[in-house]
Amino acid sequence: MVPVNTVLRRRRQELILGGALLVVLAVLPLAISSDYLRGLIVLTLLYAGLSQGWNILGGYCGQISLGHGLYFGIGAYVSTVLYVDYAIPPTLGLFAGAALAGLAALLVGWPCFRLSGHYYAIATLVMGLIALLLVNNWDFVNAARGITIPFRHQSWVALEFRFPNFPFQYVMLAYAALAWIIAWIVEGSRWGFVWRAVKDDAVAARSLGVRIFPSKMAAAAISGAVVGVGGALYAQYVGFIDPDSGLGLSLSVLIALPAVVGGVGTLWGPLLGAAVLIPVQQLSGAWLGGAGNGVDLMFYGALIVALALLRPQGLVSLFARRPAKAAEEAHAG
Amino acid sequence: MTASLVLQVAIGGLLMGLVYALVAAGLSLIFGLMDVVNFAHGQLLMLAMYAVFEFHTLLGLDPLVQLPLVAALLFVLGVAIYRGLIARALAVRFNTGMVQIFVTFGLSIFLVGFAQLVFGTDFRSVNSGLLFGRTVAIGQIVLPLPQIAAGLVCLLAFAALMLIARTEFGRALEATREDRDAVALIGIDRNRIFSLGWGIGAATVGIAGVMLASFYYISPTVGDSFALIAYVTVALGGFGSLIGALIAGLLIGLTEAMTALVIDPSLKQIGVFMIYVLVLMVRPRGLFGRL
Amino acid sequence: MPAEPILRVRGVSKSFGAVAANVDISFDVAEGEILGLIGPNGAGKSSLFASIAGAETPDAGEILLAGKRISGLGPVACTLAGIGRTFQVVRSFDSMTVLENVMVGAFARHARTRAAMKAAEEMVEFCGLGARADIPAHALTPPEKRRLEVARALATTPRILLLDEMLTGLTPTEARAGMQLVRDVRDRGVTILMVEHVMEILLPLIDRAVVLHLGRNLAMGSPAEMVRHPEVIRAYLGDRYAG
Repeated sequence: MVPVNTVLRRRRQELILGGALLVVLAVLPLAISSDYLRGLIVLTLLYAGLSQGWNILGGYCGQISLGHGLYFGIGAYVSTVLYVDYAIPPTLGLFAGAALAGLAALLVGWPCFRLSGHYYAIATLVMGLIALLLVNNWDFVNAARGITIPFRHQSWVALEFRFPNFPFQYVMLAYAALAWIIAWIVEGSRWGFVWRAVKDDAVAARSLGVRIFPSKMAAAAISGAVVGVGGALYAQYVGFIDPDSGLGLSLSVLIALPAVVGGVGTLWGPLLGAAVLIPVQQLSGAWLGGAGNGVDLMFYGALIVALALLRPQGLVSLFARRPAKAAEEAHAG
Repeated sequence: MTASLVLQVAIGGLLMGLVYALVAAGLSLIFGLMDVVNFAHGQLLMLAMYAVFEFHTLLGLDPLVQLPLVAALLFVLGVAIYRGLIARALAVRFNTGMVQIFVTFGLSIFLVGFAQLVFGTDFRSVNSGLLFGRTVAIGQIVLPLPQIAAGLVCLLAFAALMLIARTEFGRALEATREDRDAVALIGIDRNRIFSLGWGIGAATVGIAGVMLASFYYISPTVGDSFALIAYVTVALGGFGSLIGALIAGLLIGLTEAMTALVIDPSLKQIGVFMIYVLVLMVRPRGLFGRL
Repeated sequence: MPAEPILRVRGVSKSFGAVAANVDISFDVAEGEILGLIGPNGAGKSSLFASIAGAETPDAGEILLAGKRISGLGPVACTLAGIGRTFQVVRSFDSMTVLENVMVGAFARHARTRAAMKAAEEMVEFCGLGARADIPAHALTPPEKRRLEVARALATTPRILLLDEMLTGLTPTEARAGMQLVRDVRDRGVTILMVEHVMEILLPLIDRAVVLHLGRNLAMGSPAEMVRHPEVIRAYLGDRYAG
C-alpha cells in the first residue's frame, strides 16, 4: 500500500515548523538591544526573502539567473518615485513595484528562455547591466545621483521611522514570511511540480503535457515580483536609492548566493543560506575589514568556495531526513 | 565630425577589440574544454596588471620585457586554480553547473580582497617604458603607440592560440572536448589536458593584462568591466569558438568606440549590449556556436 | 461495421538530411490491441515512434488519433490528445520521488494537487511501485525506472501508450514481469504500441506486428504469420535463410 499522503504530511510539517520559526523570530527583536544587531537581522531577513524569490526561478525551475538585481532595482525605483514624486505611500507603491518587476521578468524571459545553460546566465546578466547603464543616464530618476527619500513623519503606512532598525525587523520578517509562504504554496501546486520536472528533464516533461516556455515565464514573473517587493522595502529602509545600490552587478549574485549556499530548489535553503552568509559578510567586514584592507573579502570569498565544494546540495543537506540520506548514499555507491 | 576622426576612432576601437578578443579567447578555451565559465577571469587580468606594475616599480622592468614572465606566472596560477578548485568542482555529484559558477565567483571575491590587501585600493598606472606616451601619426590619424602594440601583440597571441589548436595537443584538447571518457582509453590524461587548458587560458589573459597595463589604470576592480565584455564576447561569438571570439571581440571594440563617438561615451556599452541581444534573438548560440 | 481504429498512420515519410528514415508507411491500430512495431536496427522504428509521439513532424502523410489529426502538433498537444510514451533511454526526474514523478504526469489532467496525487498514487500502485513511492527516482533499479515511466505516462490517461524498447536489456524474469504489466495496462482499456528490435521478446505478447525494414513497411499481420513470412526472415537473417 502506498504510504498515505506522505507529500501532504511533509508539507504540513513544514508549515508547522515555519509557523514556529515565525513566532521565534517575532519575539527575537524584543530581546535585542543592540542597534547594530537589529540592522543585521533586517538585512538577513531581507536577503532570506530576496533569495527565496530567486529560488523560484533559479532553484525550482533551474534557470540560473544572474540578473535579479534588475527586479530589485525596479521595485526600489518604482516605489521610491511613486512616494517622492506622487506621495503614494510605499506600502501601496510596493505592489506597483512588484507588478512592474514581474512584468520586467516576463520581458527578460521572452528572449532569454530560448537560451540554455551559460548562454541564459550571461544573457540575464547583460539585461541587468543594460538597465544599470540606462538608469545611470536617466534624468527622470536623477541618473547616477540617485534619489533620497526625505524624512517627513513617523508612519507605518509610509514605513518611515526615526529609528528604522527596530520596526524594520518586523517589516522584513513579514517580507521573508511572505516570500516563504509563496514558495510553500507554489512548491505544492501544479507549478512547483512542473518546474522541478522542467529543471530535471525538459524532454520528459514535454512528453507529459508540460508546456516549457509558459511554465518558465510563470516562474520568472513570480520570482521577479517577490524580489521587487524586497527592493521597494530596502529603498524605504535606507531612505536612498541609486543605480549602484539598486541595480549593481554584484547585487544579482548576492541575491542568488543564499539559496545556492543553503540549498537550491528547497524551501529552507534561502533562509538558512541568508542566516549564515549575511552575518558572516557583515561581521567579517566589521572585525577583519577595518579600513577596507580586503581580508574580509578574502574570508567571504573563501567561505563561498568552501561551502560550494563541500556542500554542493547546500547546507540543508546537513539536516536531510534519513531516507533521503540513505538514498543519496545508495546513489553514491 | 571629420572622416579622419571617424577612421581614427574606428581603428582605436578595433585595436581595443583585439584585446577583448584575447581576454575572451582564454574564457572560451576553458569553456570549450570543460563547460566551465570562469567568473574569476577578470581577476586574473587584474593580477597580471598588478604584476606588471610591481615588477616595473620594484625592478624597473619595462612592461614589454615582462611579457614572457607574466604569461608564465599566470600559466602557473591557472594550473593551480584548476588543480586546487576546478577539478574538485567538476567531481561534485550534485548541482555541478551551479557549483562551478559559485566556486569561480567566490574565487573572484577572494582575489579582489587579496589585491586590496597586498596592493591597496589606490589607482595605479605604469608611467614610463618603451611605449609610454608615444603616438604614431598616419596622415591626420593619430594613434597612441601602446594601443597599437596591444592590438598587435594580442593578434599575435591569438594566432599562436590558433596554431596550438592545430598541434597534437590541440587535437587532444578537441578529443577531450568531444568525449571525456573515451580519451582516457587512448592514453590521454584528462586532468593533464584540463590543467594545460587552464594554464594557457590564464596565460593569454596575462598577455592581454601586460599590454593593457601600459595605457590603462590599475585597481583591484579593473578586471570587472573587462570580464563583463569578455562574457558578452564569448556568448556573442559562440562558447568554445576561437574564431567567434576574435570576430565578436572586433565587433564589440568597434561598436563601443562608435557608440561613444556618435551617442555618448557613458553609453558606449549600450551599443554593445544591444548588438548582443539582437544577435542572440537570431542565433541563440552566438555567431559561431556549436549546436 | 468494424470500429474506427484508434490510431491511423497514413503514408508517413520522414527524412533526416539525405537519409530516408520512413517511406510511405501506413497501418492502423485497433482499439484495445497490443501492436508490435518491429524491425532490425536502422529500420526506421525510432523515427516513426517520434512522429507518432509528436516529437518529430513527418515530411508527408498524416497520423490520426481517433479520427483527429495529431501529426505535427508537437509532443505537448499529442499527450493532451491522448498519447502516452516512454523513452528508450530512461528519463526520470531524478530530484523528485517516485510519486512526485508520476504526479507530474497526473497534472496533465488534474489542476489540483490532491486530485493529482490520488491519481498518481493509484498508478504507482498499479505499476507495482507502491513500496517505492517515496524513494528519489535516481535510486531506482533500471527495471523499476521503466515501470516509473509507464506509471508516469499512464497518469496522463492516454488512449494509446507507446513503449520504446521497454523490454530490451531486462533479464528473463524482469521481462516476464514487464510483459504482465503491459497486459495489465491493456486490460485497463489502453491500446499499446510497442517498439522492439528483438522480435522474439514480443511474439508471445502482441496481437499483431508491423515489420519495418530500411524505412519501409515490410509486412503486417499476426505474430505467427510474421515468423513464417519470407521477407521478414530475409530482413532479419539475410537471404540464406529465406525459403
